[in-house]
Amino acid sequence: MQLWEVFLRPRNGMHHQHVGSLHAVDAEMALENARDVFTRRGEAASIWVVPSAAIVASDPADKDELFEPAMDKIYRHPTFYEVPDGVANL
Amino acid sequence: MKFPMASPTSEPTAVPGSAALPDAAVVADACLIASHRLSEWVSNAPTMEEDVALGNIALDLLGQARGLLSHLGDEDRLAYFRDAAEFRNPTICELPNGDFGHTVLRSWFIDAWLERVWCAWLDAGDEVVRGVAEKAIKENAYHRRHSSSWVIRLGDGTDESHRRMVDALDALWPYVGEIAVAGWIDTVEPVLAEAALPVPELPADGREVGSLGRHTEYLGALLAESQSLARQFPGATW
Repeated sequence: MQLWEVFLRPRNGMHHQHVGSLHAVDAEMALENARDVFTRRGEAASIWVVPSAAIVASDPADKDELFEPAMDKIYRHPTFYEVPDGVANL
Repeated sequence: MKFPMASPTSEPTAVPGSAALPDAAVVADACLIASHRLSEWVSNAPTMEEDVALGNIALDLLGQARGLLSHLGDEDRLAYFRDAAEFRNPTICELPNGDFGHTVLRSWFIDAWLERVWCAWLDAGDEVVRGVAEKAIKENAYHRRHSSSWVIRLGDGTDESHRRMVDALDALWPYVGEIAVAGWIDTVEPVLAEAALPVPELPADGREVGSLGRHTEYLGALLAESQSLARQFPGATW
């Protein structure tokens, strides 16, 4: 059986988030299984299932070149900036 | 409302495909017994995903049974302290699970029957019965989707799965007379056709008549298991 990744959207206005994976022979069964396995407690307003083989993943060996450069750029965090006095609505 | 006991004097009319719509007592027991059979798959289903699916459906059916039984009397007494002859479910509900294909085909037949029941009960005068039907109709829509998709997948699957579904159909069809209410065959037939399975002539009625308290040998064994704890430790809570 094929492996599928499951994404749930909890409410309108939210985005789909990955919650896990499951086995199914086709898309219809994947949706049904996702409903049965991941939405037993009212977690979802919408389900996406995607064949795991369709996911393109980064190589763990590339983590230094991909992610390390972001580590010292503290100015990319909003907390880096001091809010001047008198600025409203922040 | 008192739980109506089976009357041994009333015989069903034997016109194929026109079984009477069941009363609340028959449906309550059908849901209870069908739920128990599905619960027997828990920890034994072909995949973990299917294990959860069958457990979910069993719990839906149990909820429907409870809604009706508690309306008809003391639900615990009715579930745990009646003997086989006092149960009124159609006999197809109590048949052993067989293989997975056999189970999903039986579920498909029962789900199609319950759909007719819940739809009819949306206009019921009894507020509780109507309430149970309103809740159940959404659950039943999913049950039908689950069972029918498996019937089609296995019936029109491999040579082996097709052979098993033909065997299941041969074994179950003699029991559908009890549940073949008006409209039932119209729901069932297209799915059997898509599953590349034959649609035999409808039997006039069942081999036994569960609504009269006449059951197969399998119900006693089922009850022995499902009632054992309550009978051994009356009033037990956990």
